[in-house]
Order: sequence, then structure tokens, then C-alpha cells
Amino acid sequence: MENFFIKVKGIIEAADDSANYFLDNWNEHNFTVSKSSIFDIIKALKENGFQYLVDITGAHYPDTENEYQIVYHIHNLTENLRIRLKVNLDSKKLEVPSMVSLYDGANWMERETFDFYGISFTNHPNLTRILNVDDMDYHPMRKEYKLEDETRTDKSDKYFGR
Amino acid sequence: MSELDLNQQNTAISSETIDGQIATLNLGPTHPATHGIFQNILQVDGERILSAEQTVGYIHRAFEKLSERRPYNQITPITDRLNYCSSPINNIGWHMTVEKLIGAELPKRVDYMRVIVMELARIADHLVCNSVIGVDTGALTGFTYMFQEREKIYDLYEEICGARLTTNVGRIGGFDRDFSPGFYSKLNEFLKEFPKRFDEFSSMLERNRIFMDRCIGAGPISAERALSYSFAGPNLRAAGVDFDVRVMKPYSSYEDFNFEIPVGSDGDTYDRFMVRQQEIRESLKIIQQALDNMPEGKYHADIPDFYLPPKEEVYSSMEALIYHFKIIMGETAIPKGEVYHSVEGGNGELGYYLVSDGGRTPYRLHFRRPCFIYYQAYPEMIKGALLSDAILTMSSMNVIAGELDA
Repeated sequence: MENFFIKVKGIIEAADDSANYFLDNWNEHNFTVSKSSIFDIIKALKENGFQYLVDITGAHYPDTENEYQIVYHIHNLTENLRIRLKVNLDSKKLEVPSMVSLYDGANWMERETFDFYGISFTNHPNLTRILNVDDMDYHPMRKEYKLEDETRTDKSDKYFGR
Repeated sequence: MSELDLNQQNTAISSETIDGQIATLNLGPTHPATHGIFQNILQVDGERILSAEQTVGYIHRAFEKLSERRPYNQITPITDRLNYCSSPINNIGWHMTVEKLIGAELPKRVDYMRVIVMELARIADHLVCNSVIGVDTGALTGFTYMFQEREKIYDLYEEICGARLTTNVGRIGGFDRDFSPGFYSKLNEFLKEFPKRFDEFSSMLERNRIFMDRCIGAGPISAERALSYSFAGPNLRAAGVDFDVRVMKPYSSYEDFNFEIPVGSDGDTYDRFMVRQQEIRESLKIIQQALDNMPEGKYHADIPDFYLPPKEEVYSSMEALIYHFKIIMGETAIPKGEVYHSVEGGNGELGYYLVSDGGRTPYRLHFRRPCFIYYQAYPEMIKGALLSDAILTMSSMNVIAGELDA
């Protein structure tokens, strides 16, 4: 497994020379890669036995330079190796290649990420909202939306000074 | 007609059964046969399904957003409502995620206690699924008997934590109390009586000609397709992939136990049913082993910063009062970082992706919900099948609305 991991690291670094690796305190392998190379990296990893896409999700860090982040967890079942890949996205261009052509399961995971963060996945077959209503006009998991919905009018009660 | 390749999934369809008149049928959202709020817009030709489109989100409750406002211990009740057929697994999975983040070391006894609770939950989950497969094939009897047994599992939960369905069992760091003597006597009685009842249920369905004819070949999926769709749990194993988080990434001392992972071959309804049946038997074995080898020790970890002190001490000792206050008011320092932890839930890998910025609430919490991920394969699995097989396929996939929509 050690040798295999060196191979995996080699694949990622060959595809993206700006790839950043770190092993966190919980022995999980983290790679931060660029948006332009993520599709090629995951494709190459899939050819090397990472057949199982565990999860795709997003996160929003409004105070950082690259506000949005997509997090992929993929698993190699034969070597029992799981790695985490992260892509930082500039808030002006929220686009990342879709993985649906590699993993069918990515379809709804990406739709969910789009629904909650407004990140669009290029070449996705049906990028529409999935859990929220279709006519919603914002992406609720972004940090600028407080938990209490400020657009609500039913809670205003002038007699109680609210 | 020609653009729909009917034979792609089910080669058993002969061209005579298709008369070319296509109708749109809304199956759900509130249909008694779908066991939850699921809408499927079907294109049907007679009783053959040409295509299906699911609508999900009817009971979306924004759990991930809610979690960003709640302290860590208050998120446990949210996880109850994911897969409500096996709430303890969700609760304990969440506790273990936080324990991983804070680096808590747990006594062996807690691990074993958790294994017992989680395996009971797995039995309850699989019992619901399998007995409902029976109902959908027309065998209501097994369902009524197995629900009595499920009630006994709920009685056991009640002995542990006082609740039955949405259990909120345990705490970060272990359990709030030790197992009571009443729990052990009830558990021993359950382990003695349940296999007899379960064998009756098995003998009613497992080799029943009508049931087999109905289930074999209904809603099949190949191992390759199942992997591509990121299937997990019994549904993936029914397709022939031996992936089980309990073995691949052991947690809570599962490596100490001797059990087998049942694997199917065709990925059809019958295989899913049989995998679950066998898993119930394996779970019973695990519970027995955990009971026999239960280590001595404390029922919680020694982490005063996160584990609430006993109430009597809060009233009498200074330290306990301080810790109590800090935990309740969310003043405890939580390490920064991000962790992903997964457990083998009733339906497969239930993952928690947690990002902590050191505050009292998670910065980001994402639930990897197996139902949500594998339900997308449903149209492919029922394409070309009969309407009644579609119902059966859905119940054998054990799609739980709470987990689907989060």
C-alpha cells in the first residue's frame, strides 16, 4: 500500500505540478489540485483502480482568496486506499468539470452541490436543483445566508416591536 | 418507440407486449406502496415502464445548514432523523466523527457496547426492509410477526436511552449510563427467542416458489454499474462487491469480531433480500460475541471537556460545575481541522464530512447519505420492467425518505 500510494502521488503530481499534498493528523491523504487538472487526475486515478467515488461536496470560505472549495473523496477498493482531493474555486468563475462521464453516481452529488453552493459543473447532463424548490433564486449553504431566512415576512410582527 | 431501447435492461420483454401507446403515470408522491414521499414520473406502455424520473426533496429539512448553528452535542438529534429505521447507527457515527476530531481515546467497553447497539439497529433496519418486501409481494403475515420482533429491539433501546424511534443514544465520548441489568436480561431473552421467530420468517419466504418467482430478476444491477453509481451496503454486496466499511475501515473495534460479509451475484431483489437476511444472522453472531467478551471498564471516555459530568457532582463539586457550564454554553475549545468518518449504516456507508474552525458549532457538516446516492440508479433498474416490479425494487433498495432528503 505504501508503494501504491507513491504511485498515486506520482500520478497526481505528473498531471498537476502545483498539486499540494499533506497528510493530516488523522492519517488521511489530502491533495489540493487545480481546477484545470482535476478531471484528468480523477480519470487517471480511476484507471488505477479508484473505481469507487465516495463523495462530492462543496464548502464556502468567504474570508479566503478562493472562496469556494469542492471536495472529492475517492476510494480504491483493491488497495483499500482512500484519498481526498480538493479544488479551490475563484468566486468569479464557479465552474468545475463534471465527473458524471466517469462515475454515474456523481450526478446527484454534483446537483446537490450546485443546489446549495451555485457551483456549476460543466458537461453535466442535467444540472438543476435537486433538494430545494426549482424557483428558489439563491444558494442557501453559502455563508452569507443566515440560518434564519431574512426574506421571510410571516415573522414580522409590528405589535411586538419586531 | 424506436429511440427507447427497451431491451437494454430487461431482455425478457418480447416485442408483442408493447402496443406503442405511451402514457404518463405519476407514481407518488403519496402512494401507499412507496413507503414514504417519493414521486416518480413514469412513461408506461401498458404495464411496462419505458422511463422514469424521480423527484426528491419533499422532506428536505436543511440538516446541513441547521448543523452550522448547533453545538456538537445538539447535532445528534438531527442525525436521528436521517435513516430513522436505524437511528442509533447514525447517532454513534456522529459521536465517533467528533471523537475523531478531538482525538478522544475510548475504553474498549464503550466500543463493545456501541457494537451491540449498532448491530441491534442493523437488525431492526433489515427487518423492516425484508418484511416490507414480503408485503409488496403479497405476504403480509411475515411483516406483522417481524414488527413484533422489531418492537422488542425498540424495548431494548428504551432500556439504554429511554427513547424508541429517534433514540439520541449515547454522547460524545460514550454513553450517558451503563447498560442496566434489565437490558441484559431482555437482550438475552431476545437472543434466545428471536432466531426461532426469524427462522419461521425465513422459511416462509426464502425458498417460497411464489416469492422467488416474483423476486428473482426484478430490478437487477450489475456489479460494475453498482460501483459506478457508488452503491453501498447490502445493495452493493447483493451485486457481488464485498465492500463493507466494518471490514475495510474498521471502527469501534469491529476488527475484534468474527463475522462474514454475505455477497450476492445478480444484484436483483432476491439477492438484496437474501443478503439482508444473512446479515441479520451475522449481526446476531456479533452481538453474542460482544456480550461474551464484554470488557470491564468505564462506559465513557475520560474527556471532561466534552463529556457531561454526572448531575450530582455538578451540584456538589466545583470542577464538575465548570465543565458542565462550559459544555452547555459551548465554551470548549475544539481543534481546527477536517475529518471524514464513515460507518456502515443500515443502507451502507454513512459518512460525515466535518470541518471545524474551532468554534462551538461545525463550520461545515456534510452527510454522505447512501440512499441519496444509490436512488439515482432507480430509473435504470426499472427500465423495461413491470410496474409491480418497480414497487418491489424500491422497497428492496430500502430507500428511506429521511436519509434521501436530509
